[in-house]
Amino acid sequence: MKKIDPTHHELVPRHVVLEEEEVEKLLHVYNITRDKLPLIKAADPVVKAIGARPGQVIKIIRTGSPAGEAVTYRLIIK
Amino acid sequence: MSLKVIKEIKFGILSPEAIRKMSVVKIVTADTYDDEGYPIEKGLVDPRLGVIDPGLKCRTCGMRFGECPGHFGHIELARPVIHMGYAKEIYKVLKGVCHNCHRVLLDNEEIKKYARRLKEARVRDVEKQKVLKIIAKQAARRRRYTKNNICPHCGVELPRIRFEKPTTYMENTEKLSPSDIRARLEKISAEDAELLGFDPEVARPEWLILTALPVAPVTVRPSITLESGARSEDDMTHKLVDIIRINQRLRENIDAGAPQLIVEDLWELLQYHVTTYFDNEVSGVPPARHRSGRVLKTLAQRLKGKEGRFRNNLSGKRVDFSARTVISPDPNVSINEVGVPSPVAMELTIPERVTYKTRDELRSLVLRGPSQHPGANYIIRTDGRRKRIPANDEELRKTLAEELDVGYVVERHLQDGDVVLFNRQPSLHRLSIMAHEVRVMPYRTFRLNLCVCPPYNADFDGDEMNLHVPQTEEAQAEALILMRVQEQIISPRYGEPVIGGVQDYISGAYILTREGTEFSRREVEEMLCMAGLGVETSQDKEIWTGKEVFSLLLPPDLNVEYKNKICRRCTTCKEKECPYDGYVVIKDGKLLKGAIDGMAYKARSECKLLDKLVKDYGTDTGRKFLDSITRLILWVLGMKGITVDMNDVELDQDAKDRIDEVLQDGENKVDKLIEAYHNGELEPLPGQSLEETLEKKIMQVLAAARDRAGQIAEEYLGMERFSVIMAKTGAKGNMLDLTQMAACLGQMSVRGERLHRGYNNRSLSHFKENELSARSRGFVRSSYNKGLSPTEFFFHAMGGREGLVDTAVRTAQSGYMQRRLMNAMQDLKVEYDRTVRDNTGLVIQFMYGEDGVDPARSDYGKAVDIDWIIHKHMEAV
Repeated sequence: MKKIDPTHHELVPRHVVLEEEEVEKLLHVYNITRDKLPLIKAADPVVKAIGARPGQVIKIIRTGSPAGEAVTYRLIIK
Repeated sequence: MSLKVIKEIKFGILSPEAIRKMSVVKIVTADTYDDEGYPIEKGLVDPRLGVIDPGLKCRTCGMRFGECPGHFGHIELARPVIHMGYAKEIYKVLKGVCHNCHRVLLDNEEIKKYARRLKEARVRDVEKQKVLKIIAKQAARRRRYTKNNICPHCGVELPRIRFEKPTTYMENTEKLSPSDIRARLEKISAEDAELLGFDPEVARPEWLILTALPVAPVTVRPSITLESGARSEDDMTHKLVDIIRINQRLRENIDAGAPQLIVEDLWELLQYHVTTYFDNEVSGVPPARHRSGRVLKTLAQRLKGKEGRFRNNLSGKRVDFSARTVISPDPNVSINEVGVPSPVAMELTIPERVTYKTRDELRSLVLRGPSQHPGANYIIRTDGRRKRIPANDEELRKTLAEELDVGYVVERHLQDGDVVLFNRQPSLHRLSIMAHEVRVMPYRTFRLNLCVCPPYNADFDGDEMNLHVPQTEEAQAEALILMRVQEQIISPRYGEPVIGGVQDYISGAYILTREGTEFSRREVEEMLCMAGLGVETSQDKEIWTGKEVFSLLLPPDLNVEYKNKICRRCTTCKEKECPYDGYVVIKDGKLLKGAIDGMAYKARSECKLLDKLVKDYGTDTGRKFLDSITRLILWVLGMKGITVDMNDVELDQDAKDRIDEVLQDGENKVDKLIEAYHNGELEPLPGQSLEETLEKKIMQVLAAARDRAGQIAEEYLGMERFSVIMAKTGAKGNMLDLTQMAACLGQMSVRGERLHRGYNNRSLSHFKENELSARSRGFVRSSYNKGLSPTEFFFHAMGGREGLVDTAVRTAQSGYMQRRLMNAMQDLKVEYDRTVRDNTGLVIQFMYGEDGVDPARSDYGKAVDIDWIIHKHMEAV
């Protein structure tokens, strides 16, 4: 079967792995700890495609929302 | 004292030791009271179990009736019995454990593997449950092997175990007694128990079998004294009597060395009584009955169901300071108000503290007492003692009023202007409970303004509503700020008004503001006066147009332009030059062009005018506008009149002929299609059978014919007919309804198909079998005005029934869906940083709704109305 890269699909929003400093900044801005972030499985096809590891935080940028661009963050878990 | 924080709660099973330890008395006799009426020691109402008589003290804790919570006792069972609530768990354990070596039926490797998986899943409960389920399945698997069904540890052959509901277990053909089972469970090691889902610290497997039975405190099963002086015991007590009697007989028989058979019979009976003590509705067990034949209400029955402890007493409590009665309409109360009947106002009270400023006022209320309206029911002295104000002792009232001093509290009657919460069930959204201001009125119904009917979904065909009185100033202020009706005009759901004009207020506004409506100055002054509107009118203007009268209610700097409901959607809009009153222009608070209709201020719709008033001028202006327009229109309608009759849907002969022709033409086309089908000349549409193609084409032809008939009817249905005014302004009904009355009903359908079921190969016996014509398959050619033929009437009823069933199913389904959504989202909250978080602080959304916009403060769901800003800017330039 042909392997499909999900990141190229038009319905898949942009996923970016955050650097550790960026994560710290994010946690500081929202005054939260890591365990209060929404989760995403490491087995998620997009997470696999961008090669993110459990424990890392990804940023998901959705376009076409009422606000034009909506950003959310997810902690990768096993 | 230092604060302790609860970190976790662990649930376990009561062990026999724990039952004995918490017990204050071992119950041995089945008797309750002796001949003198004193409770018997070691009996079922032993004084150590708690107090139920006022005046007595508890022998265990020394507290009085009402203070003592009651204390458990226990019964030592002569033989162990199965706890019917754990029957299924016992079966699972028995299946998964060897009867010989009492090890779990997994080989060492499996044990290791699952123990590890269980450890990994430890914190995550869902995961853990999954693993446990797999273990139970894997362990029980060996028993079902036809070959090699041996224990992996001791190699003994494993018999099949069967569970016979409710409390019997069979090993091959032999019955396992509770004692045998308990003996097996006792020998399961702690490690193995953990694999079977037990936490051996708090729940050993053998605790699933009862050897000691807790006896509930008397406070949960109080006896009641009848008028005759005889005592009547609670159902639970009756059940406990049965258990003790049989327990005693069983023990005596065992001690006397009675034959095995008799002992087993009694044991079985004890099992029955213990089972029904817990649950008297177990399937396969005849329910225990009272002497009178009434089924006993035991433990499970107290908790279960709508009338059970959970739904009736914990989730749904009764409250004080509330009232409920029928509602009726009153256009003269403000949307912010609610008319409260005086008998209700004299029953509901608000505690008001006496100060130097309020003392004289409150004294006069006390003097008037509880039976005259602005009065008071109680005074509370500084030491907290309550004193009822007498209704018919004026002297005493005088002394009480004299006594009144700073620091006293008076529970005074509800008065005009007090804040109350008003509610109509089902409370589906937050607008189902709003804060109103009281207006005390005669008679016995709650009165409310018609504009607030939509959020409550109320009408006046016998609806009842509830009213609650907040008792503290804080509660009243909070209700007023957050829940006041005028603050809810714009719905938080879609950013449009939910409170606004309904029905006649819409058609009335049209009649007032349409081109050609004129009033003399006298009429205008009369209307404004009767409506109670203190609006200044110019003295030297003799003839007033309706638009001028309407403009009196608008703020002087209001500017709005929009296409209204009666707009005919011309290909090129002439805007301000519209000849049909279809384009509304309000400039500097003057209605210049266009008629006011549903588009201006109808509830639950895109109201251009009301929306603008509320958003640009504030809720106060919005409320005042609604209050005054409703009163004004009441008098406009009183003068101009509005009525509906059969002539509204009567067409002249010319129109009838044209409609008939169109419908006949349609039926002919259907006949031709059928002929083509029979001759095999019909071409099937892609992906459809010939029959499907025919049906589809027939439906199309008939729908087109009906539409055409409707169009013709519309040409003749002009604005001089009041029904048409109602439909076109959006007050009530639509043009489709009217054409169905005037021209033709059209095709009836069930599940989107033409009607065809009923008799063999035909819908009704009036037609030939397999007939495909329009008439025979539910096409109703008549109009309501003309009347339906018998077959048409039946077809109509068929279509109508489907509609009714659909609504019933839909409400049930959406109701359940809503309940689940509510339970899932009830503690989500928008924090001050605009993130949405749950009660544990977990972030759900980083920005509420992704754009952080509150729909109630938005423009039709958007943050800003760009079009209007540009429009305004262009005007200015």
